[in-house]
Amino acid sequence: MPGTHLVENLKNLFATVDIGTALMNSFIIAIITTFLTLLIGSLAGYGFEIYRTKGKDMVFNILLLSMMIPFAAIMIPLYRFFGQVSSVSPLIGIDTLAAAILPTIITAFFIFFFRQNTKMFAKELVEAGRIDGLSELGIFFRIYLPTMKTTYAAAAIIAFMNSWNNYLWPLVVLQSPENQTIPLLISNLGAGYTPDYGVIMTAIVIATLPTAIVFFLMQRHFVAGMMGSVKG
Amino acid sequence: MSQVSGSANNTKRQSTFFTRFKKNYIGWIFILLSVLGIGLFYFYPMVQAFLLSLKSGMGANLEYVGFDNYARLFGDPTFITSLTNTFIYLLVQVPVMIILALFFSVLLNDPKLKFRGFFRTAIFLPAVTSLVAYAVIFKYLFGNDGLVNELLLGMNLIDTPLNWLSDPFLAKITIIIAITWRWTGYNMIFYLSALQNVDKSMYEAARIDGASSIQQFFFITIPMLKPIILFTSIVSTIGTLQLFDEVMNITNGGPGNSTLSISMYIYNLSFEYTPDFGYAATVSYVIVILVVILSFIQFRVAGDRD
Repeated sequence: MPGTHLVENLKNLFATVDIGTALMNSFIIAIITTFLTLLIGSLAGYGFEIYRTKGKDMVFNILLLSMMIPFAAIMIPLYRFFGQVSSVSPLIGIDTLAAAILPTIITAFFIFFFRQNTKMFAKELVEAGRIDGLSELGIFFRIYLPTMKTTYAAAAIIAFMNSWNNYLWPLVVLQSPENQTIPLLISNLGAGYTPDYGVIMTAIVIATLPTAIVFFLMQRHFVAGMMGSVKG
Repeated sequence: MSQVSGSANNTKRQSTFFTRFKKNYIGWIFILLSVLGIGLFYFYPMVQAFLLSLKSGMGANLEYVGFDNYARLFGDPTFITSLTNTFIYLLVQVPVMIILALFFSVLLNDPKLKFRGFFRTAIFLPAVTSLVAYAVIFKYLFGNDGLVNELLLGMNLIDTPLNWLSDPFLAKITIIIAITWRWTGYNMIFYLSALQNVDKSMYEAARIDGASSIQQFFFITIPMLKPIILFTSIVSTIGTLQLFDEVMNITNGGPGNSTLSISMYIYNLSFEYTPDFGYAATVSYVIVILVVILSFIQFRVAGDRD
């Protein structure tokens, strides 16, 4: 009978693995990553479009090249880099949530995404803000940010999902069980020799719920976010 | 009078120079963090990876060996296997997926179709799932006593369960089916939105001239979608070259390396076997070179005939 074993599976799940900690870690990483990705990415996208110069366009094109860099190619230097950081400041070195977050927050994709969307932002508002005596950063935070809410929503969904589902870098950099994220936990459960299907599927459902809820609530933004990279 | 206007002009010129300078300078502040971040976490590691690829040794004891690692690639059967596997995935999976995605998008673009929204969501939904989660589920679906074998047995298509995960050929097929399931809907969304921008009167004109729907597909739809097909093939190619999560969680590279991808081999070289970071970095540069070459070829093939 479907449904009758849910409580039992949940009990077994909580008894076999520390899914609470994994959920917490994944949430912390995904929320901080999303926040910083949006802030830094939108500042840059805005900067490249509003203060456009030839020099900046060149820098922009160079940054875009980083989208072609396969993660496997930079994984080992990054791992060694954070190993060296460990000896200076263990708080952001190997096996810390900070190390799992840092290399993922600044991506050319989101700079590009925000720049494309800034093209549709009415530039007269910037002039109006200057006349009203707002500082350049004031214009960004008080005018640009509130008018671009949908763009931010779309970007937030993509950034959250990417971070929530990220596997390879956390696998490399997070080693101790108390720093495990949800994908690492599921991967470990799945690799067992005598898998308890009920427990694994329950874990997968719990892991998928946040992204599924986000998807169904914000489907329109979601597709807009996916398309953001080719718009305009 | 002329003096007054002259000095006013002067101030104006100064102020425009000042605002332009200020604008330029403030603009750099906006992009500073991104430039530093991408420099530190992308370009600097790329340089480091190249320097590493010129060294060899176990763990932290690395010594300079020049291009020996690159020569070693050609005599390394595991590398050759992982390269071949990755190319098989690329050559089979990317075209199959793009054709399927085109097919679905054309079907879903038909205004006469009922429940379009439902079908669109259903086909797109796999793209929302976590790579690890769906990979683990596929592992069980294609297991010996998994749902796929049950279904095939139930329909009397096979007599004995197929060894999807322990047969070298079937294991590759399983990986290809899995990736196709995950990414077809994602690509379809791009085609669907591009189809909205295709002028409907072209199809009408074609119909009046007696073109069949298959002709319309090949002579209107495909040429109109060419830029977006190029974009999705490049993205899919780059993605497949980096294939890791699925192989790791469905087959763990097995049986006997027959599904091993390049990315997984790099991971194994660095973290599973006795770590040889220098050689692993060399293998990773192969992916970089492949990404550059394949993107370039796709651009030339699809871009030239515009």
